[in-house]
Amino acid sequence: MIVCTYDKTFEGLLSVVFEAYSRKKFPDKLLAEGEPLPLFYDEAISVSTDPEKSERVWNGLEKKLSRGGLAFLTQSWLSELPEVDLLLFRYIRKNLDAPVSLELNFGDPDVLEVSQIWKKVGQEKSRIIQFARFQKTADNTYLAVLEPLYNVLPLTLSYFKERFAGQCWLLYDNKRKYGYYYDMKRVSEVRFEQEPLWGVCGKLPEELLAEDEKQFQQLWKSYFKSLAIRERLNPKLHRQHLPARFWKYLTEKQGG
Amino acid sequence: MWERISGAMNENTLEKLKILAESAKYDVSCASGGTTRRNRPGGIGSAAGWGICHSFTEDGRCVSLLKIMLTNHCIYDCAYCINRKSNDLPRATFSVSELVELTIEFYRRNYIEGLFLSSGIVRNPDYTMERLVGVAKELRQRHRYNGYIHLKGIPGASRELICEAGLYADRLSVNVEIPNEQSLQLLAPDKDFASVFAPMRHIKQGILENLEDRKKFRSAPRFAPAGQSTQMIIGASPERDKDILSLSANLYKRPTLKRVYYSGFVPVNAYDNRLPALKQPPLVRENRLYQADWLMRFYQFTANEIADDAYPDLDLEVDPKLAWALRHPEKFPVDINKAEYEMLLRVPGIGVKSAQLIVASRRYGKLGESQLRKMGIVMKKAVYFITCRELPFQTVQELHPEQVRRILTRPSGSRKQEDPRQLKLSFEEEPHDRLYLR
Ligand code: SF4
Repeated sequence: MIVCTYDKTFEGLLSVVFEAYSRKKFPDKLLAEGEPLPLFYDEAISVSTDPEKSERVWNGLEKKLSRGGLAFLTQSWLSELPEVDLLLFRYIRKNLDAPVSLELNFGDPDVLEVSQIWKKVGQEKSRIIQFARFQKTADNTYLAVLEPLYNVLPLTLSYFKERFAGQCWLLYDNKRKYGYYYDMKRVSEVRFEQEPLWGVCGKLPEELLAEDEKQFQQLWKSYFKSLAIRERLNPKLHRQHLPARFWKYLTEKQGG
Repeated sequence: MWERISGAMNENTLEKLKILAESAKYDVSCASGGTTRRNRPGGIGSAAGWGICHSFTEDGRCVSLLKIMLTNHCIYDCAYCINRKSNDLPRATFSVSELVELTIEFYRRNYIEGLFLSSGIVRNPDYTMERLVGVAKELRQRHRYNGYIHLKGIPGASRELICEAGLYADRLSVNVEIPNEQSLQLLAPDKDFASVFAPMRHIKQGILENLEDRKKFRSAPRFAPAGQSTQMIIGASPERDKDILSLSANLYKRPTLKRVYYSGFVPVNAYDNRLPALKQPPLVRENRLYQADWLMRFYQFTANEIADDAYPDLDLEVDPKLAWALRHPEKFPVDINKAEYEMLLRVPGIGVKSAQLIVASRRYGKLGESQLRKMGIVMKKAVYFITCRELPFQTVQELHPEQVRRILTRPSGSRKQEDPRQLKLSFEEEPHDRLYLR
């Protein structure tokens, strides 16, 4: 068994591909730097990320895969699932080795699995777009705090930028502890040195909210309550569409 | 907090919002989507082109738009409607500025995709339509709001007003409500088919003329770019499913009509002997009609194939696609590795997506059972209707259709019973316009 350690970035993975081809040694296991090696292995290779090598692999892939096939790769990467890197490694390798792109061969278990992960990540992206709720702060920034299952905020930026072009907003991933701030010109990534002012539920203390914020939350909650049709209540369906893990950040699911 | 009121809001707004949301909620024809409207510099928002559900009600319906009435006062007395004039209920009317501010503030917080505005009839249809148009105009012109707007076309409104509405709205809808003219007259004495179909025609003409104009002048303003939709109430009158589906099929033949919505009748009013006494809204029937509608729009079925004189009502026990397959055992089994795409679509357990996957993948080699399973085909159903590389299984040919039906509807203790009210269509992974009840 060949084990390979690298920095667990997407660029790093591409460098791993480069090294594998140039040494003609293809890893069966991918580990983070410093992770304990398995008990039995034949060879351990440590790859450091080299932008030039990564780029060459990417260029090779661009020639082989359609834009959709490339999105399969990058979007599935954001799933952060254990061993997704090894799966993507095999996917890349199969495509590079085959005379034509295999991206539509869903009879191949790796191609199918990548497409399924791609789909799941896409669903999570849609859910963030659906369920992000902005609170307006005293300085007129609109704040939304979320905990996506996968690392999908980067995928949602084009939506938020287009839709909310006329307001400053901050979109924050409370689990991964980073976010994106838009100042009506550009979006930039933000991280905070200290715990941010909102707690685990993403709520700002009232004195930091805009004057009319509570009022509009109240209006929205009442509106939401009036919508349910008693004769049709269906909690199972409700939870299926609106997974409980989003509730704590959803204005309309808060008491009061 | 109500002392520090901003803009047009005041302490009555909350009360009005509750009343007018209650009054609007039985209208389900509330999909957003069908337009892409980009943000213009200095404007508010955009329309995404597909309906985004921002929340779900506790009965599982998609909340995409602020669905609200301008007023629930009404001079008409439709038997099935909660707002009819003979009902004693709290009434309220929004001012234009209140509605505009609510829409914009909700929109900025990502609560909604836009506004769906309807109204009871005050004074006369034109007066009412003019109010609705006024709100849309204010949003678009004064506030440069680019989000979604769906306006109700009031039955009997003039051509001019409908045309003006089309300039501001993404979608217009006029509800048929009752799928048969005599029944409509009985239940809604102030309405007839002509008053419903005339504005539908105006909308159609407006859209088609606009398409011509836009071919000549790219910059011509768009007219109701998301087309029109309509709604029928199911179970308030004696029409059979075949009547309803053939009316839908006819409506879909008209260009510009995008969706027909079916709304299981909820007896909102105290006893009225023109209406059936229902213990429960006919939710299973409603779901079957949506499935049938889906078959007509995406699976190349005709209304007649789904329900006809011999089978005038949809089978409540199995979905209409399975029902069709069981009535036509001679068409099966289908060879997965050879059959035309159109025929794959007809196999119970295979949806549009999986039929496409099959066609894309089988070029690389023959497909077997495990691959089909992984592609999301519901094998539990499909096995009786297909052959593939290794499946020498007993199909509907060897078993009698009745036996297949028994197997597929057998409640097995361990298997989770499917809730027939769930709009989960086992034969479909939906194309993007999702089949939520909206
Ligand atoms: S006209 Fe509309 S609001 Fe008035 S009673 Fe009839 S359905 Fe209800």
